Amino acid sequence: MKLHEYQAKEILRRYGVPTPRGIVVESPEDARSAAQQLGGRVVVKAQIHAGGRGKGGGVKLAKDPDDAVAIAKKILGMTLVTHQTGPTGQLVRKVLIEEALNIDKELYLGITLDRNLMLPVVMASAQGGMDIEEVAAKDPKAIHKEPVDTVLGVGPFQARSIANALGLTGTAYKKCVEFVHKLVHAYVETDAALLEINPLLITKEGDVLALDAKMTIDDNALFRHKEFAEMRDIHEEDPLEVEASQFGLNYIKLDGNVGAMVNGAGLAMGTMDIIKLAGGEPANFLDVGGGASAEQVKNAFRIILSDKNVKAILINIFGGIMRGDRIAEGVVSAAREVGLPVPVVVRLEGTNVELGKKILADSGLPLITADGMWDAAQKVVAAAKGQR
Amino acid sequence: MSIWADKNTRVIVQGITGREGSFHAIQCREYGTQVVGGVTPGKGGTTHEGFPVFNSVREAREKAGATCSLIFVPPPFAADAIMESADAGVELIVCITEGIPVNDMLKAHDFMTKSNTLHERRGESRSRLIGPNCPGLITPGQAKIGIMPGHIHRPGPIGIVSRSGTLTYEAVGQLSKLGIGQSTAVGIGGDPLPGTNFIDCLAAFQADPQTEAMIMIGEIGGTAEEEAAAFVKANVKKPVVAFIAGQTAPPGRRMGHAGAIISGGTGTAAEKMAALEAAGIHVVKAPSDMGKKLEEVWKKR
Repeated sequence: MKLHEYQAKEILRRYGVPTPRGIVVESPEDARSAAQQLGGRVVVKAQIHAGGRGKGGGVKLAKDPDDAVAIAKKILGMTLVTHQTGPTGQLVRKVLIEEALNIDKELYLGITLDRNLMLPVVMASAQGGMDIEEVAAKDPKAIHKEPVDTVLGVGPFQARSIANALGLTGTAYKKCVEFVHKLVHAYVETDAALLEINPLLITKEGDVLALDAKMTIDDNALFRHKEFAEMRDIHEEDPLEVEASQFGLNYIKLDGNVGAMVNGAGLAMGTMDIIKLAGGEPANFLDVGGGASAEQVKNAFRIILSDKNVKAILINIFGGIMRGDRIAEGVVSAAREVGLPVPVVVRLEGTNVELGKKILADSGLPLITADGMWDAAQKVVAAAKGQR
Repeated sequence: MSIWADKNTRVIVQGITGREGSFHAIQCREYGTQVVGGVTPGKGGTTHEGFPVFNSVREAREKAGATCSLIFVPPPFAADAIMESADAGVELIVCITEGIPVNDMLKAHDFMTKSNTLHERRGESRSRLIGPNCPGLITPGQAKIGIMPGHIHRPGPIGIVSRSGTLTYEAVGQLSKLGIGQSTAVGIGGDPLPGTNFIDCLAAFQADPQTEAMIMIGEIGGTAEEEAAAFVKANVKKPVVAFIAGQTAPPGRRMGHAGAIISGGTGTAAEKMAALEAAGIHVVKAPSDMGKKLEEVWKKR
């Protein structure tokens, strides 16, 4: 689950990680009082999940409270387009008003799982404000890495080595060592999947603060973090995907016109791939899960069909332990209930497949049966092009 | 021969009185697997569907001679179940549970490293974890330890290793239709931190006299396939056919599995396919070609 910057900072403060003082507001008038409380000169920051807000015009310096109101008026309600939002952009509903600080240096600190090491890793770079992936691609040596031990966290020697790698001295060095310890603690305790401080700010006074914070929580660990549940912002998610998740369906909308309903994530991806190879464009990824019950199939139909681009649907179910005839009955009853405005190709595998195909054929519904994935892909692509 | 599981493997099911655990314990027994009991803390001494129930894995190991544990415990408790089995010295731990927090798996892996060191020091065998979030493994005709449909398999010379459950069934189904059987099919699971990886399986298949060729099924995310490619180039003499799912997946979106995501421009199917091809692996673009391609290279070998 992704968090907004203001939410991440709120959490970080609980773990003693220093951040600039800030107040989140939803109206320009509230921006004025916030700016007044924070000393007048403030930064106004759009709160959307996507990165690249600065370049998109979503982060601006205000010289006084009047200026803060004017800027908040512009940013609130704007549709911010960044390299991460896609061309449709994201509507800004909240801005974070933050005290402006005296910047000396902007650095980078991030923590995420390293799948090769099978441990979380702290990454540090003197090139703050830059996209870390760009830094990694251009100059991998510019990133200093320290693994996080499962029991130990990072040892003091590791935190010192990070402060060294960042080229810090004096007060800033000491404060950075402390910052690293607290950040790692926050990462582990919150079950974060990603915690990125970019930039990490060193002020002219030698203070070390998280100027920005990007935080993602491991979805699988949300059961033990009830406090994060209310932080979910569904405005940032595709409404169809939210609806699908309520039915236990894993759905991701894509740009094509061939819908797909598949059991299993790997087979669902493989089905998208074969649709493309057959000359079509997949309209979605959809995993109905292991069971593929009539109820699941019905919900999946509705969600796929609410995408008006869809011209044909491929159902690809490898029945496994479930019998083919049962799945076929489920598909037929779901199709009857939902009604089918587009042709549907069904590829079934498992026990009693022949009986399953007979049930589909006898249903009187516009269901086209297929043998194997290639046959199914060719049939559904032809159907989407109106060649039946 | 086969790898890791055969007719002598003695399986206990952790979470046997739950709905999933119960159903699959019966399915495995019907296939012919030696399911010697189950573990549900607090229900020891009872029987469930004809299986003796024990309070702990240690007790199941001592009283029923379990060598393998199949885990259906819910996510909040699954890592603990893995550690309990590792502590008891169970040789093969197969964890089906999906949705275990990464932090819990980090602890479980850490614990296993330590407990394996202890077991070795005592002259006992090490534990191997398969999964989590996987369908398990099957040695056709001998032992089904997982949730895969047994009836589509048949014994034979092809080893299969896969990150995806239903795509494994797809590969098996294609092979069986062509009359080609399987030595062992292992689902290593879709999590970012699997206990057993491609390399472990490919090395075991290379060493297994029954296995003559292999199919590996990868997907987007991580670099496990690239590492497997380097391993195959240096160590695997038997032919390998590969398919990578997610050639059309958009970056930044998690495609179902926790580990299946293209991030920071790495983990794309194109990169993986190129690495595999460069290692001499026969890569197919369409999942429907896995069986055909395998038949072609296996017969030519």
